[in-house]
Amino acid sequence: MTALSQRTKPTGPVGNSLTTGQLPRFAELYVLAGSAVVSGLLLLLAGFNVVGWLVLTAVVYLIALSILSLVVENRRKATDRLVRGLVTVAFLLALIPLVSTLSTVVIQGAGELSWSFITQTGASTFDPDTLEVKQTPGALQAIVGTLIITGIAALISIPIGLFTSIYLVEYALPKQWLARTVTFLVDVMTGIPSIVAGLFAFSLFSILVGPKAFSGFSASIALSVLMIPTVVRACEEMLRLVPGDLREASYALGVSKFATIVKIVLPTAIAGLITGIMLAVARVIGETAPIFLAASFTDNFNSNPFDGPMQTLPVLAYTGYAFPGSDIAASNASAWGAALLLVILVVILNLIARVIAKIFAPKGAR
Amino acid sequence: MSDKISVQSAPPSSAGGFGSTSTKTPGGSPQNAAASRGGTRVRPGDFIFRFLSTGSAVLIMIILAGVALFLIISAIPAITADWGSNDQLNTGPTAAFPNFWAYVGPLIWGTLWSAAIALLFGAPIGIGIALFISHYAPRRLASVLGYLVDLLAAVPSIVFGLWGIIVIRPFLIPLSDWLGANLGWIPIFGGPVTTTGSTILAGALVLAVMILPIITSISREIFLQTPRLHEEAALALGATRWEMIRMAVFPYAKSGIVSATLLGLGRALGETMAIALIISPAILVSVKLITEGQNSQTIAANIALNFPIATTLQRDALIGTGLMLFVISLVVNSIARIIVNGKPLGRKKKSKPAGPRTPSPLSRVPAGDFASATALDVVSGSSRAGNPGDEGPTPEEDIEGARY
Repeated sequence: MTALSQRTKPTGPVGNSLTTGQLPRFAELYVLAGSAVVSGLLLLLAGFNVVGWLVLTAVVYLIALSILSLVVENRRKATDRLVRGLVTVAFLLALIPLVSTLSTVVIQGAGELSWSFITQTGASTFDPDTLEVKQTPGALQAIVGTLIITGIAALISIPIGLFTSIYLVEYALPKQWLARTVTFLVDVMTGIPSIVAGLFAFSLFSILVGPKAFSGFSASIALSVLMIPTVVRACEEMLRLVPGDLREASYALGVSKFATIVKIVLPTAIAGLITGIMLAVARVIGETAPIFLAASFTDNFNSNPFDGPMQTLPVLAYTGYAFPGSDIAASNASAWGAALLLVILVVILNLIARVIAKIFAPKGAR
Repeated sequence: MSDKISVQSAPPSSAGGFGSTSTKTPGGSPQNAAASRGGTRVRPGDFIFRFLSTGSAVLIMIILAGVALFLIISAIPAITADWGSNDQLNTGPTAAFPNFWAYVGPLIWGTLWSAAIALLFGAPIGIGIALFISHYAPRRLASVLGYLVDLLAAVPSIVFGLWGIIVIRPFLIPLSDWLGANLGWIPIFGGPVTTTGSTILAGALVLAVMILPIITSISREIFLQTPRLHEEAALALGATRWEMIRMAVFPYAKSGIVSATLLGLGRALGETMAIALIISPAILVSVKLITEGQNSQTIAANIALNFPIATTLQRDALIGTGLMLFVISLVVNSIARIIVNGKPLGRKKKSKPAGPRTPSPLSRVPAGDFASATALDVVSGSSRAGNPGDEGPTPEEDIEGARY
């Protein structure tokens, strides 16, 4: 189109029918810069703040561009430009909480995070001379608890989830009632509120073991209920990506189904399986409510998952705000330290998942 | 052995093996064929493996039934008790209620109300983001942008709760003041305006952020599955991009959008920590948005706040409210899943006689959870999110589109 317009340069008042009635190419950028300046000036009169400036810029930009397009072009194009602007704004709007959350956690937690915070057990000690309760910040008991509880949950969920996905992909027929029911139930299970899983584990252990049977293992059961459907879905997707030709080639050589699955299907999909499982772990490691109900919370160091309450990082972050100790500021600071540690853990798990996907990705053309 | 080979020699599966499990020889089901031959030698490995995987599938049904069963068993004493005369239940947080239903009613209202507000903010923005990533963003950026939104899902909910306390609460106070001063005559903005910011508005806003990723990932997936030829036909007839989206993408994705919204609702119903940390609640039916102490409490947050201090029977009452939450979210999620799954059934019938089975458009909708969506992204490379994004279809894409 540019070549065409170069060749037939319009002379006189009659415009080129292809380019008239259109805004110039970078009109949107000009309007954006203009509206930023205008709203900046407007806000300078009323007191400047960044949030207000950005919001006002977006509003002015959308209105100005629509009007401009309405005048120069037509109503349809004006709507098109307005929607494009709105959709872009929606996306930028979603980035704000992401950036804000992560930066808040890092800023608030960085001061608390130190080597002693990671390696010490938090405690409050009473000093008889000054009659003061002194709190030692520490998250060792929470780190150990998180790792134990999540580890046991993973040990329970990964085999169940993996075998279920193998059943769904390799054994079940799509029309079979069991397969359809399980698929549906797994979908529904992904939507179980996490707190309900915690209540389930609590009542299960209250009935089977006795009242107030708080334990790390109980929390692991709760997390498994949340984790199994995630593992099933992720593994199922991955197994379905394995080309059917590979299976058929294996069967054609007379290999049994068991050997085909173990030696052909699983190795082909291994990268995806591990990635999916790591991400599922990353998801449950941050669950607060179920662990809070099933394992309760404590300041004591407890590494026995079968007896007594256990502290975890998300619960430490929650109780630091919801049930602070005598020194409220110190409790809040520990909460932020725990939150930062948790975010770091999740990021590490995500990175590992990605690296594994890269390393084990199937070689050759797909 | 030979029967196994013949059973498994399905027609060559196309489309990268998606159809491999569903391909079926005309001669009946392979499972029965293998099982009914009592005389043939079955390897122990095969048998154990089949038993383990079928057992796991059955175990999932048992777990779900167990969740319901144990909640019901625990909740029954509190549901059937007379709350006025029971000395455990007529004190503390459950004192003012004559029976279980009077206690859980306001909580159900609060749960639905906060989730509805969250949806009001979250759904349009989530769908807008999905549209931006699938149809507006530059093709190369699309997968990266999608990953950024998925990252929101990876942030633990407790972190959002803490963030809500120190960022969102103070941020909303000026807005609340303004709303109270100027629009106070509208009931939802009525009542004494908050001074700390612990409003249901702040809680719902954080909830909205938390449900963005699920709404976005599902709608994006469905927008990307719009038949390319429909889109190109609209563009070729002179439609602008928005008109193309309205006429080709939206009608196709309607049920997907509805179920994405419902799944977002399901997640908002069950979120605990954001609400428990942010709002200052009361167990009453209230529509007020910007007050403190008059916010309707949600079921999940009520459990989290009262569980540590509750007596045995009060705990049973809390478990009873949890059972109600379970039922509500089960219904919402089931409706969403039925809407999602309902569509391919209709299509399958139509496309069956046409040669190799292509994956039906909605059959591969992600579970909406972070793990499966992101794992697929990671493994299948960056190409997926950006495929039908921009100008010029590659020949393969063209053929892919023509199948529909």
